[in-house]
Amino acid sequence: MSTTSRQRAPAPFLQAGPAPPESPGPGGLLRGVRRRLSGALARVRNPWPDRRAERVLGAVSLSIGACVLAMVVFVGVRAWPIFAHNGLSWLGPGGNLNEQLESMQATGVNPPASAFALNAWPLVYGTLLSTFFAVILGIVVAVLASIFIVELAPDGLRKVAIPVIRLLASVPSVIYGLIGILVLVPFVGNHLITSSQKASVQSTVELTGQGLGVVIVILTVMITPIMIALICEALQAAPRSWREGAVALGLNPLRAVLAVTLRAIRPAIVAAAVLATARALGEAVMIQMVAGGSSFIPNLSHGPLVFLYEPLRTLASAIVDYHEGIGAPALQATLYAFAALLLFSACVLSVAGYLIKLPLRRYQTAG
Amino acid sequence: MSVYAPQLQDDPEPGFQPSSRPGRRSSPWSWRWRDRVVLALAWATGLGLCAIAGAIVLYMGFRGLQYLRPGLLFTRPAIGTSQASSGGILDPLIGTALLTAIGIALAVPLAVCSAVWIAEYGRPSWLARVVESSIEIVAGTPDIVLALFGLAVFQLNLLAPFSFRAEGGGVYGRSFLACGAVMSLIALPPLFVATRDGLRAVPNHMREAAFALGKTRIATIRRVLLPSVRSNIATGVTLGVSRIIGDTAIVLLLLGDTLHIESQGSAPLIGLLRGTGSSLTSYVYDNSPAGEGAAPQKAYAAAFVLMVLVLVLNLVVDRIGRAHAKNTGMSLAGGVV
Repeated sequence: MSTTSRQRAPAPFLQAGPAPPESPGPGGLLRGVRRRLSGALARVRNPWPDRRAERVLGAVSLSIGACVLAMVVFVGVRAWPIFAHNGLSWLGPGGNLNEQLESMQATGVNPPASAFALNAWPLVYGTLLSTFFAVILGIVVAVLASIFIVELAPDGLRKVAIPVIRLLASVPSVIYGLIGILVLVPFVGNHLITSSQKASVQSTVELTGQGLGVVIVILTVMITPIMIALICEALQAAPRSWREGAVALGLNPLRAVLAVTLRAIRPAIVAAAVLATARALGEAVMIQMVAGGSSFIPNLSHGPLVFLYEPLRTLASAIVDYHEGIGAPALQATLYAFAALLLFSACVLSVAGYLIKLPLRRYQTAG
Repeated sequence: MSVYAPQLQDDPEPGFQPSSRPGRRSSPWSWRWRDRVVLALAWATGLGLCAIAGAIVLYMGFRGLQYLRPGLLFTRPAIGTSQASSGGILDPLIGTALLTAIGIALAVPLAVCSAVWIAEYGRPSWLARVVESSIEIVAGTPDIVLALFGLAVFQLNLLAPFSFRAEGGGVYGRSFLACGAVMSLIALPPLFVATRDGLRAVPNHMREAAFALGKTRIATIRRVLLPSVRSNIATGVTLGVSRIIGDTAIVLLLLGDTLHIESQGSAPLIGLLRGTGSSLTSYVYDNSPAGEGAAPQKAYAAAFVLMVLVLVLNLVVDRIGRAHAKNTGMSLAGGVV
């Protein structure tokens, strides 16, 4: 196959082509070697024939697909003992998670079957709680900030704001965590939490400042830039004539944006929220640093403010918490079960984001 | 009316004035109070985000200049109970540089090849869609999950030569190579997207001109298209580098998180690649109150170095984007998502 396609490939810029046939002579052997060499050289120096190039590039691209498949398989296989022992009930409440995780670490290399018992509801609940509040807060902030950037800001300010948003997106999570644990947590612990609030929940949990409120604030700052980027793009892509029509009908410019443009880009806002949810679900290190390391379930019945001060743990941060004990098979299966859950939700969110963006794409190509 | 003026300047009808009261310029003071509240909130949020970013940069700069001494950059970390005796950040710096090099070296060929295949060949189309969605899945997967995946792969006996050996002879699955390989996965999506979008933005007549000169498709790609998307690839590489140097979870799980860089075996470079170490991010994590060694001053110093690196990379992206904004269509989303 390769010879035919090489013949078909026209290559006028080719310098080191196949050597012309040579007459046999005294130096025939040397010439033969030379011819072989120059042929090999030409094969290396020539651009590939098209069909082979297509196959090689396609194979390289498919290796990424194989990688994703391998990821699902590896994580699934290692998480299997937990699913085999608990079914799906490990996602539910009951049992004492802290004790279960400690005993998993303690059982060593050959754990009894009972060591695989797991009730991870505090982690699931903590993940849902922090993600939900951060995304809700993030949507509001991102929509307002996008309107500011696209419609309101004077040119000079816009030139500053866009790199600033990029910067917020690229600050490493460990720096957010460091600022959280060294600045925000002491501030909350020393100045915001009153001693009566501490006393009210003294029997169940100690309020140190590490907790839900700080997590939500930092997580919002971390996920907002992604949303702003997507919403800004949609705002810019929306047909200007619609908004101008609304202005001509007597709406003020801001109301026109709110009533017409914002409504038109609703799918983009939802897609941005989905993407931000995926980010927030997977945030591990920052949450581990500022959430306080106990599998406590923040309880709204303690009062809304105390609720915000109570510590929690998420699926991802629990993986960071326990990664050093991953040699113990029971704990290893548990951590991979958490990873499998995160991977599953990431895939679901990715599909959801694709489906949500479909109507938007249609209208963008039309407009 | 100042808020709306830029859009209206190029209006074809100069006499047209959009306002609630005809013949007068509409000022926010004449709007309904609800609109005025929204206007104020939008300004407050936009300026507030800028203020937060400014506060982060200034605070890290202040703490960094307070605690960072040039000597710290060239001394190795040491085990010490006090801030003065715990050494510098040389090993984490080398670790970060090494990880970045490995990750980018693996990610660039993978990303560029697949972007070229998607943009220029892409047949059969269902296969192209599979590749694109698997890259999307990689982009959406949390780094901690990728780290656990990498650990599972490199703990296979088959891949034992690539990683550090534990004392009992068990496969430990942690090394610079393992960590760099997983790092290449998190650098892959931005690189791929930047290259693909660049290729799609190349006008078709360039391809047609090359074909008319008798070039094959792959020769066109190599001699015409890839040189013309060089700036996009550079942007992608910069974004990938900033992802890699900012990642903590993968380093914690896959680099062994040891104080010093410890080689495995005696071969000079291979031993290093198979060895364990730490990076700036894991150093910050370990020295913060969340890690074991509570040395916040060292954490601030390392975080300052990290912050400077991120700022420089951001500037580079901005510079490249500004220089090539017209022919590549770079936007805000290109740098963030």
